[in-house]
Amino acid sequence: MMRDAPISDRVVVYERPQALADIHTHYCPGCTHGISHRLVAEAIDELGLNDRAIIVASVGCSVFSYNYFDIDACEAAHGRAPAMATGLKRVSPDRLVFTYQGDGDLASIGTAEIIHAAARGEPVTAVFVNNAIYGMTGGQMAPTSLPGQKTTSSPFGRSTDIAGFPIRMSEVLAELDGSAYIVRRSLHNVKEIRRAKKAIKTAFKVQMAGLGFSMVELLSTCPTNWGMSASDALTWVADTMVPYYPLGDYRVIDAVKDL
Amino acid sequence: MQHELIFSGFGGQGVMFAGQLLAYAAMDTGYHVTWIPSYGPEMRGGTAHCTVVISDKPIGSPVVRRPQIAIVFNKPSFDKYEPLVRPGGLLVINSSLVDDPVTRERLDVLRIPATQMAEQVGTPRLTNVVLLGALLAERPILPVNALCDALDAHIPAHRRNLLPQNIEAVRRGAAYAGDFETMGIP
Amino acid sequence: MEMLKGNVAIAEAAIRVGLEAYFGYPITPQTELLEHLSRRMVELDRPFVQAESEVAAINMVYGAACAGVRVMTSSSSPGISLMQEGLSYIAGSDIPCVLVDIMRGGPGLGNILPSQGDYFQITRSAGHGDYRPIVLAPASVQEAIDFTVLAFDLAEKYRHLVIVAADGQIGQMMEPAELPAMRPLRTARPDWALTGKAGREKNVITSIYLKGEEMEAYNQRVQARIATIRTAEQRWVETDTEDADLLVIGFGTAGRVAYSAVEEARAKGLNVGLLRPQSLFPFPTERIAELAQQVSGILVVEMNAGQMLEDVRLAVGTSAPVDFYGRMGGMVPMPDEILTAIEDVYPVAIR
Ligand SMILES: Cc1ncc(C[n+]2csc(CCOP(=O)(O)OP(=O)(O)O)c2C)c(N)n1
Ligand code: SF4
Repeated sequence: MMRDAPISDRVVVYERPQALADIHTHYCPGCTHGISHRLVAEAIDELGLNDRAIIVASVGCSVFSYNYFDIDACEAAHGRAPAMATGLKRVSPDRLVFTYQGDGDLASIGTAEIIHAAARGEPVTAVFVNNAIYGMTGGQMAPTSLPGQKTTSSPFGRSTDIAGFPIRMSEVLAELDGSAYIVRRSLHNVKEIRRAKKAIKTAFKVQMAGLGFSMVELLSTCPTNWGMSASDALTWVADTMVPYYPLGDYRVIDAVKDL
Repeated sequence: MQHELIFSGFGGQGVMFAGQLLAYAAMDTGYHVTWIPSYGPEMRGGTAHCTVVISDKPIGSPVVRRPQIAIVFNKPSFDKYEPLVRPGGLLVINSSLVDDPVTRERLDVLRIPATQMAEQVGTPRLTNVVLLGALLAERPILPVNALCDALDAHIPAHRRNLLPQNIEAVRRGAAYAGDFETMGIP
Repeated sequence: MEMLKGNVAIAEAAIRVGLEAYFGYPITPQTELLEHLSRRMVELDRPFVQAESEVAAINMVYGAACAGVRVMTSSSSPGISLMQEGLSYIAGSDIPCVLVDIMRGGPGLGNILPSQGDYFQITRSAGHGDYRPIVLAPASVQEAIDFTVLAFDLAEKYRHLVIVAADGQIGQMMEPAELPAMRPLRTARPDWALTGKAGREKNVITSIYLKGEEMEAYNQRVQARIATIRTAEQRWVETDTEDADLLVIGFGTAGRVAYSAVEEARAKGLNVGLLRPQSLFPFPTERIAELAQQVSGILVVEMNAGQMLEDVRLAVGTSAPVDFYGRMGGMVPMPDEILTAIEDVYPVAIR
């Protein structure tokens, strides 16, 4: 057994990706932000882009992601990451520029920026963590909160009369001609996590090939503000979120298939 | 008369509610009172603390650098507040989680295995009220009864069924401190 | 008396005095205000919308205010920055509106700790153009309630923008306080409101005046109103100023902490007094100028790098030396720090 082998003979089967900094994160136990960080970092490592990647962190629980990735990083104002990424990318076209945004950031306060980045076909990538709630500020309703979902600002459950309907961002952005690669994945089990990783890698390749705008939406958990255990939260994603936010490829232009 | 207290512990140990409960009891007894929390991301898993000032006059500063009384629920809080309590002040220590020696002189110290006692009553979540009971037996800032009345009046509706347990926890905390030969009871 | 958190107290006070609509966006350390209203407004069947951004929230407020209802929004520093454009349009349209700013540490994303770093932002103009909003600065939960009530009254009296500006500490702290009685909602809308022109000439609310002469005439009317506000609406409290040799000036939490320091200084035999401005605009300029004649020195205490300090200096001129003690970035000064600052400048003051 591996465990009994002398250290020199041991084979590394799992280790921290280079693109991930060797520090503790502040994420709550069971939060899938940690998983998506790892997937992004693995993709960067595998594409060998560590020295050329730039993350535009956003305002939300991932606000400190600039600390967690061992790559160049900046921090945008709430919702403005796609605009900041645009600025960066226009003057550094051979760099990998991506945003890492929550649903409040991307689908509420920053809707204009994300839509126009996609419409311009800006060759940047958005990693969009959709956990159907505002995590950072303590569990308010998000644009992606489900009808009936109780949050601290929809205490009686999200009423579509008062708060309208959740936004399916992948579907919205897929309508725009500047979008090259728009997919939705989930982080609730191993199979989906593997698929998510592949999608992130593809999105980065799309960007580096200059094909246009790319976004990977990741259905994610917030056990803390959902008031659930980590495993119940994963079940909730599978049973409640996935039916509302179907997983799949919403826009994949032909050139992507040739990559 | 003015009392300045700091409650400190892990987020989730009921530190904030302990301070609020004392504040409610002080208000109901007719005193001026302020309660301020530490707030924000540091509460996620880290330590949380709140400051309570009770006075018979309108209160100026709600912030205090050196409290007269610190109630420490865990070791990081002990490390932070042991040096800060004012000379002649009181340090109430949850000895279930803190066994460090107190190095300061001219400090009254009350060690109480509050978490164990809370578990005996039913759940470690009662640690905060055990400590409050002990505090008021040691320093009669307010009558212990005022605390029980405040519990009755302000316990969140979904915890109402736990009221008898809470009162029992206060009682045991008070009895423990009352039995304890400590210095400096006024 | 009820034990209330500042944010909740403001929200409930607004409800009690007839808040007819609320539009806002979550931001710490203000969020409990929005959360309280998300429950209460819905219970009372009054409009509550969590907007998609502060930009949207303030423009929803603009719309509702045009309809002549009691409306407000609340936010904290970065959110207020986003509202600047809308605030300026509201000011330029002569409509009443109440904004609550629970200030936090900046600049940039900063942090969520209490700060007074936005004094310039809110007292100068809160947006582009030539105007000054009324700014009320509570130092306790009770004042937070009272100023919320006052804010609506002043907003409607002058058809002017009123900002209740508290640092995060006031929003987060709990204190016993008295809420106003529940008022019935107003039934009539003001005659300038957009209600549909049945039975009257049409109403237009706009802030555009293409001709310089007209824009200037408009500005002159606004300035005349602001001049009235300047004389009628200065508010402050004083302690121990009668025989003071040194005058401490601070607002909000800093003013309140300074009160403790002043008391301690008095106990040590120093003749120190305190003036705490409750209205930041209009600033209690005349009273400070008057006291500057009496005292030998002034110490300004703020949770910023010295912003109200400039208003104090304008009021004092060369009548007395003005010193400053400030903390920044979300740090709250402790009474002993202010006492030390008092002792440092005091000997100079009586010399
Ligand atoms: C202009 C502005 N408004 C509001 C905020 C407060 N704020 C910080 S994070 C956040 C929402 C974050 O939610 P989301 O994007 O869903 O990310 P999560 O925390 O769930 O990962 C808000 C409203 C802010 N920082 N700036
Ligand atoms: S609050 Fe929610 S989204 Fe934020 S770190 Fe915790 S679990 Fe994750």
